[in-house]
Amino acid sequence: MAHAEHAHANYLEAKKGIWSWLVTLDHKRIGVMYLWTTLFFFVVGGLFSLGVRLELLKPGPLFQPDTYNKMFTMHGAIMVFLFIIPIIPAALGNFFLPIMIGAKDVAFPRLNLLSYYIFLVGSSLAVGALIAGGVDTGWTFYTPYSIRSASHVILITLGVFINGFSGILTGLNFMVTLHKLKAPGMTFFNMPLFLWSIYATAIIQVLATPVVGITTFLLILERVLKIGIFDPALGGDPILFQHFFWFYSHPAVYIMILPGMGIISEVVTVFSRKHIFGYKAVAYSSLAIAFISFLVWGHHMFVSGQSPLSNFLFSWLTMFVAVPTAIKVYNWTATLYRGSIVLATPMLYALSFLFMFTIGGVTGLFLAALSVDVHLHDTYFVVAHFHYTMMGGTVMGLLAGIHYWWPKMFGRMYPELWGKISCAFIFVGFNVTFLSQFILGKLGMPRRYHDYFPEYAGWNMVSSIGSLFIGIGFLIMFIYLFWSLKRGAKAPANPWDGKTLEWQISSPPIEHNFTKVPAIPASPYEYGVKG
Amino acid sequence: MFTFFELPKASTIAASIDHLYDFVYWVSFVSFVGIVVACLYFIFRYHRSRSDPNKTPYIEGHHLSEIIISIILFIVVMIIFAWGWIDYKKIITTPLKPLEINITGKQWLWETEYQNGRRLTNELVVPLGQPVKLVMTSSDVLHSFFIPNFRLKQDVIPNQYTFLSFTAIKRGDHPVFCAEYCGTAHSKMLATVKVMEPVDYQKWQQEWEFKQRGGTPLEEVGASLFASKGCIACHTATDQKLVGPGMQGIYDHDVELVDGSKIKVDENYLRESLMEPQAKIVKGFAPVMPTFKGTLTDQEVGDLISYIKSLEK
Repeated sequence: MAHAEHAHANYLEAKKGIWSWLVTLDHKRIGVMYLWTTLFFFVVGGLFSLGVRLELLKPGPLFQPDTYNKMFTMHGAIMVFLFIIPIIPAALGNFFLPIMIGAKDVAFPRLNLLSYYIFLVGSSLAVGALIAGGVDTGWTFYTPYSIRSASHVILITLGVFINGFSGILTGLNFMVTLHKLKAPGMTFFNMPLFLWSIYATAIIQVLATPVVGITTFLLILERVLKIGIFDPALGGDPILFQHFFWFYSHPAVYIMILPGMGIISEVVTVFSRKHIFGYKAVAYSSLAIAFISFLVWGHHMFVSGQSPLSNFLFSWLTMFVAVPTAIKVYNWTATLYRGSIVLATPMLYALSFLFMFTIGGVTGLFLAALSVDVHLHDTYFVVAHFHYTMMGGTVMGLLAGIHYWWPKMFGRMYPELWGKISCAFIFVGFNVTFLSQFILGKLGMPRRYHDYFPEYAGWNMVSSIGSLFIGIGFLIMFIYLFWSLKRGAKAPANPWDGKTLEWQISSPPIEHNFTKVPAIPASPYEYGVKG
Repeated sequence: MFTFFELPKASTIAASIDHLYDFVYWVSFVSFVGIVVACLYFIFRYHRSRSDPNKTPYIEGHHLSEIIISIILFIVVMIIFAWGWIDYKKIITTPLKPLEINITGKQWLWETEYQNGRRLTNELVVPLGQPVKLVMTSSDVLHSFFIPNFRLKQDVIPNQYTFLSFTAIKRGDHPVFCAEYCGTAHSKMLATVKVMEPVDYQKWQQEWEFKQRGGTPLEEVGASLFASKGCIACHTATDQKLVGPGMQGIYDHDVELVDGSKIKVDENYLRESLMEPQAKIVKGFAPVMPTFKGTLTDQEVGDLISYIKSLEK
């Protein structure tokens, strides 16, 4: 009996000691390690953003200009490369992808652990760059400034280069797992939509990440060996760097947003007790977005000096993104129709996603229109737009997912009231912070400005005050999440009455997830009365 | 302190850019409100307290509505695209007989250079209602010349020329920002466009030219370089061919290259022909010209180009 209990101990308690974590091959433990590592970087990146807003609270300098430039660079680089790209696939994807298809682990568990350590090495280099004095190029590392900058460009780009391998290997691992390890009865068309989005993400990771690897590597070569690839002083072409960089980094924004969209599909169905509206439309739109994402990089370069023909094509192709994106928003909204809606914290975040991501989406139309972009390019309008997609979209999806799956991951409930309070702070704070930046951008305030004209003072102050609310919201969240790890109410196996496989096993799951081959329902969203 | 102010529409293109902005704004606003109202209504109407969780209908989707929405949306975004492209074409089309002014960005100031040799820093004076073409470059890293009141912006790139054309329609001072991050004092890389009545502009230039007396127009500097750097050995200032083509009337015209392709002779082609003469040889000529890379300074290249432009037919 004692032996049997041990065999079915949950994954957190099945093995003891720090060493058992460091060499674990369990996808759940690796997911949890990714979760804490990336959340740590989120806090670091978040503190830099508060520094940026503090500087911009009022006109006139507070920090030295170079200090400010390093703060926004480190904010961007850390948030993009160490937090928002990896967190959902590597943390939540790792934990739930095998469970949701009825598998015991990913296809290559050792490769999975290796990916984590590669990520740790790459991230350490980025942290090294930070400790050594930071980087001041902006997260985009545009040449020739990044070739001339005296800051630690090599360290951080080497970190990005190495991190890329982690993403590629994780993506590969997930693709193979989804093709090969689905339990009998599980097909691509009855797997949860979260997995479709992870699948689309993995395709982009495998195909696009090598390009940013090559680009950062060439940048390092250029700095060290002065070859003349990007530096016009040596006969190189600085615009070539922008093509290379955005050829990766535009698909990368879909690496960031698609997994968030996947979470929304799960949460909206569970908390309105409805089958997803338009399963195939949502699934195929993920693939459509992944495909189009490779064809639109030039829309970051409308005023760079690239040819009018390129601008014509990139503006035209960019417009296509609107269709699959809007289809998703329509399907989520339609899923609410005639449901039975519970406004628990995950659902509040999912609804916040719908609200803010829609703003992020429609403001993309302004920037895709060539003539309007000539005015708005490189202003705060762009900053507000991508924060609405990345934070209003991906981070809201992430927070919905963290709250939704928290009971499953750690076997404890988060405190619902505090969850709602923190969500309210973040929702209000976010909109106050970034709606005002749309106005600043339309009025012509350029981004990456250490100081600004008095005309822009009012909205900057509003924006800075909003960021404080976001900070308070997250502080509350981190406190109650840590608190709940030990003191939260014990979570039942299926607190939300979910139909996907992870809710059919214990909370937290046992080490090998399942004791027997799970029965696969005809659809992951079997709610309500048929006919 | 709170400015909801609309930026002045100080160039001919500004109003039509604002119109498209407003169109996209209202399209966005209507779709956004539609979604939010639908969500709020559903949340209220189908809240758990009013809706039995075990009796929700099993709805798998509705193809027709997906298709209709996609088609409507596709049409709308194509309108936005076409409108944006039509206005963008106007932005990039150089007007006939523009006043040409050279702009050079450097960390962290803007240098203005008129054809008569007059140089200004962080100041660009232009006449009201007259088309202006800025021929822009950078001497170090990327910058971007951004005039919010004109709704115009263009990056500047070292060793290349980029262009920005406009016609100012509002007198007064209009701020210029550097919009491409360029290092420490990026936010202090500011300039002003001063728009004057054409008569005032003429007077302003003439007073300076009178004071200067010895000041040499760029094309005259270019003309003496054309002789002193040895260009005249192979090129004439007429349309007569020697070893190389004559320079008269070639600017802004198409030439046929040895590979049969055509290229327009613009600032970038002239610069390339000086720096890398073998790159694009005109049909009927031998690839014999030496490179002037390292021989001519950036400013001298600009002077020579000004001279060649002045050799109209």
